[in-house]
Amino acid sequence: MTALVTRGLTKRYGEVNVVDGLDLAVDRGELYGFLGPNGAGKTTTIRMALGLIFPSGGEVELLGKPMFRRGRDDALRRTGALIEEPAFYRFLSGRRNLEAFARAGGDGEGVRRRLDRMDEVLEQVGLSSAGDKRVKAYSQGMRQRLGIALALLGQPEMLVLDEPTNGLDPAGMREVRLLLRRLADGGTTVFVSSHLLAEVEAMCDRVGVLSRGRLVAEGPPENLRGDAEHLRIEVGDPQRAAAILRDLAGVAGVAGIGGEGGILRLRLDGATAAQVNAALVSGGVAVSSLVPERDTLEDVFMSLIEGSGVQG
Amino acid sequence: MFRVELTKAWRRWRTFLLAAALGGIPVLIVIAVKLSPPTLSGTEDAPPFLLQIVRNGLFAPLTGLAVIQPFFLPLAAGLLAGDAVAGEAQGGTLRYLLVRPVARTRLVLAKYGAAMALLGLLLLWVVGCGAFWGGVVFGFKPLPTLSGTTLSVAQASLRILASAGYMLLGVSGIAAIGVCISTLTDSGPGAIVATVILGIASEVADQIPSLRVIHPFLPTHGWLAFTDLFRFPVEWSGMRGGVLVSAAYTAVFLTVALVSFSRRDVVA
Repeated sequence: MTALVTRGLTKRYGEVNVVDGLDLAVDRGELYGFLGPNGAGKTTTIRMALGLIFPSGGEVELLGKPMFRRGRDDALRRTGALIEEPAFYRFLSGRRNLEAFARAGGDGEGVRRRLDRMDEVLEQVGLSSAGDKRVKAYSQGMRQRLGIALALLGQPEMLVLDEPTNGLDPAGMREVRLLLRRLADGGTTVFVSSHLLAEVEAMCDRVGVLSRGRLVAEGPPENLRGDAEHLRIEVGDPQRAAAILRDLAGVAGVAGIGGEGGILRLRLDGATAAQVNAALVSGGVAVSSLVPERDTLEDVFMSLIEGSGVQG
Repeated sequence: MFRVELTKAWRRWRTFLLAAALGGIPVLIVIAVKLSPPTLSGTEDAPPFLLQIVRNGLFAPLTGLAVIQPFFLPLAAGLLAGDAVAGEAQGGTLRYLLVRPVARTRLVLAKYGAAMALLGLLLLWVVGCGAFWGGVVFGFKPLPTLSGTTLSVAQASLRILASAGYMLLGVSGIAAIGVCISTLTDSGPGAIVATVILGIASEVADQIPSLRVIHPFLPTHGWLAFTDLFRFPVEWSGMRGGVLVSAAYTAVFLTVALVSFSRRDVVA
């Protein structure tokens, strides 16, 4: 069963496709990371998924309901969302804000359920003691927490969170990551966008990488890294070493990264570390260290969004 | 949604500032008249009823209604209706209301309803402040009508309330224009200013004799017709025209607001 599906989803502004034929399928109970640099189309996708923006083409289904037809209200009631920054009535306290949004829905049973949960969600995000302060007096981190509390208020089956750790300190980020992981383990589907690789890598079951409105890679974070390995080599004569390595078969992406004596980084593309070492030594270059490094997600990410190939 | 709107207004300083400004007007009038009673000479431009306050406190609420009508009523309509949707967009709360979900149609109608309810309360407040201070300072007497007959204090009070009710119907057109503008922009102050300017422009155009042909179609044209409630028998034609024009503006601009808002991308 899928919680969020997009088929050929497209949003065009003028000549530019901000979202370009996007196909997504997020399973129920999954923690899905939606990764991409700023401007890749993450927020536009999220806004279409929640019915705020009308697509130029394609379809969205949230919890099995097409977003732009009847029945979508039911799906939205079962979804909690944080869209870009949190936003509140500054002249009301945190608690009264939750109350205002709860009551605005006007769905009797849903309103009552939300009102009953206010203390619980404030506690969950660590705002119990600040609940009666006006939002005007909140720090950015507190607003972010209140935004997450609002998303959780309806005990949603589906959470759509746009950069939820924005503005939080490292401890707060960790708390939010753990909270989302716990919710996902409890059966909630979590769709979380981020431009932070480490964040997504640390918590998500599956990651989709968005670049210029297209999905350029998708899979569990460990698969996305690919098999390619890097070597970090410290040599006495980096110029000469680089020249030798560029001529060596099975080696790619040789780049100097400076440091004392000269450090080079390269990607093994068929060659082995031993072959690289032998080539350098027989070429008269002193090798003081040679360390294999795994591909970081950042390497993959950069290569993906630069359009130099899809891995994983 | 409608009740939430009223609760929000209740917890907002702005609402009380507006109430203080509007309620202060009849009070100011009473004080001014007490301190320096108007004389018959040099008062051709005075608002209706001002001269009579000295003799009868019941004229104070009526003068209050007449005085807020050219500027403060459009201002209140602009603040309440113009800000309705645009203010939420600017604050970012619009997107959270829509995904709650609040249906777009319901949102617009609740916003319009809340603006009208608050305008109604403000008009009652103006009448109440005027009646209270007018009564305290000058006392209530049976009210002479413009046709020379008199109304008992009770009858007169009812007609004063009816005047406030008529003013509310009168302002409904401007409020609908305000809500409509409000759905077209993400700037709260922009929508407020645009609404206030349109309201005042209509008042100004209404004063220009060479524009007489369009006068009956201006949204504010019929506002002063409430004075016809104080004739014997009551002269209905002016008020009937005012209500029809307001109803037409309300119908047209609310429809435009509903249609445009239901198709708009919410990017704020």
